[in-house]
Amino acid sequence: MVATGTPQARVGASRPGIRAAKPRRRRVGSGRVGYLFVAGYTILLLLFGVVPVAYALWLSVTNSSGQLVGLGNFTRVFADYRFGSAFAHIGLYLTLWLISLMVLVVTLAVMLHGRLKRTSALVRFVCYLPGAFAGASSVLIWLILLDPVASPVGPVLRAVGWRSAAQVVAPENLPVIFTIIAFWTGAGSWIVIMYGALNGIPDEVIEAARIDGAGAVQTALRIQIPMLRKWIAYMLILAFAGGAQLFVEPQLVGTASFGQVPDDWSPNQLSYQYAFVAADFNGAAAIAVVLLVLSLGCAAAAVFKAGLFERGHS
Amino acid sequence: MTNPSSIASRVPAGRNRAGATSVGARVAWVIVVGVFVCFFALPIVWVLLAPTRSDAGIVHGAPLTFGSLDDLAATWRHLYDFQSHAIVTWVGNSALYSFSALAITLVTAVPAGYALATARFRGRVALLTATLMVMLMPNATLVLPLYLEMNALGLDGSRLSVILPLSFFPFGVYLTYIYYATTVSGDLLAAARIDGASEWMVFWRIALPLARPVVALVAFFSFVHSWNNFFLPFVMLPDSQQYPAQVGLNNLLTASPMFNASSGISEILRPELALAALLTSIPVLIVFLFSQRALVSGMTAGATKE
Repeated sequence: MVATGTPQARVGASRPGIRAAKPRRRRVGSGRVGYLFVAGYTILLLLFGVVPVAYALWLSVTNSSGQLVGLGNFTRVFADYRFGSAFAHIGLYLTLWLISLMVLVVTLAVMLHGRLKRTSALVRFVCYLPGAFAGASSVLIWLILLDPVASPVGPVLRAVGWRSAAQVVAPENLPVIFTIIAFWTGAGSWIVIMYGALNGIPDEVIEAARIDGAGAVQTALRIQIPMLRKWIAYMLILAFAGGAQLFVEPQLVGTASFGQVPDDWSPNQLSYQYAFVAADFNGAAAIAVVLLVLSLGCAAAAVFKAGLFERGHS
Repeated sequence: MTNPSSIASRVPAGRNRAGATSVGARVAWVIVVGVFVCFFALPIVWVLLAPTRSDAGIVHGAPLTFGSLDDLAATWRHLYDFQSHAIVTWVGNSALYSFSALAITLVTAVPAGYALATARFRGRVALLTATLMVMLMPNATLVLPLYLEMNALGLDGSRLSVILPLSFFPFGVYLTYIYYATTVSGDLLAAARIDGASEWMVFWRIALPLARPVVALVAFFSFVHSWNNFFLPFVMLPDSQQYPAQVGLNNLLTASPMFNASSGISEILRPELALAALLTSIPVLIVFLFSQRALVSGMTAGATKE
């Protein structure tokens, strides 16, 4: 706590005159107050972050009477025929969702940037508003909207070959449907954020590119998008974290699918089934740990590649 | 709203010199943006109109039209009567959970983000790393172990079992941290310290007022996150009197004969479901209406200074 040194303290240390004056008090004070400031949050972090993770890890390697069973729970869960299909479902969904998010959000943000200020602001607002319906509401709305019988775009749905609600919520369509719902509720705020990040690129840079003869597309591809890299990585990480935990969507659609969609469609649902239907908390914890490792691995890769958290210390 | 002719006349002024924007590009712009606007806006228009119609009207009538106030009143009556005004209870519960969690989040997350960005203390990097890890972790990963933990504490089934985990919001700490690290100059804080201000005064008088955009941002994300959370209350709360709106909607959907032929209830049809979706989203909708500016200024304050 004494020797860690803030930037100010380090500067102080290199200048003898200042060092004699105050740096010690400031260093110590800074440390102690730092602890006070983070105390409340640290307690929450321990109680609702660290302890549950540790508990999940512990449960995943023990049996119901608390004896260590090594990887027994994992091999048992992996052998469950529902496990592979749940992860295949979620993998397909995540692929669709992340690609559409990356391509469409960045495209729209760039298209909306630097044009017609008021129109652009209005469009951004319209894109962003559906976020208010995230969760069960959005699923409910889209369940009705995708029913060709009642949908205002019924003819479009029929043109795609979807003639009845049962046909629409058929299991093979679910990744697409969840992507549509997730995009409807989630893309808007990212468009707004990307747009804001584009504002952060200095005008001189864009102007210089234009003078060098770069068109709008060239500017976007060579300058704007590379400079958004950090934000895109940030978006994908959070979208992955959110997408991997899909629960409410398949749960509700399962209810409304006339028995076509099993209630273990996503890994989280399967984990829930293990815990609350089969009362097998150890198996459920094993699935939770698999999800945890997967998402942390991806997050670490993205953080490392995008250098997301290196900035901002000085 | 700008009409197409002024698009044509205004855009080229800045761009045509470089020959960047052709007529074709502008037409493509309008089409692409138009398609997306329809995609985002149509469902909202629908959900606003559907409660004013009867179910038969939605199925057989012209799409996206206003029904009548009588139909709206009937829709509301059906919804209100469901499980003796459960809808009101659910929205009230959501408000209780979200605001309680929000208060605890703000009190803990903002000082923590500030200290992580401006102070140097042992354990800082570990705390920052842990925050990042938990932030990127799917919430649902923790729901089951949280349930067992609450069970051990004797809190499962209580409202606290939802409020407390929701008030742990590492994303808020991260946002505050990023904001202070990139936007608020260390020199400014150092100057205040040299002037003899205590660390607490520096935070309270200088850092906190500067952070208004990010406080709004954290409040916004925390509120929306709590309001829209489904899995946690779904697992924790056994009693439908305690359900928040999101879990209540699940109840409503299950009860609707549209999706469950064996349901004994016949009143919960498309207009009622649309109205329920709308009512349970109104608080977030209101926050959204006023928060876009906070969102932009908060998120971009970090970006502009880099």
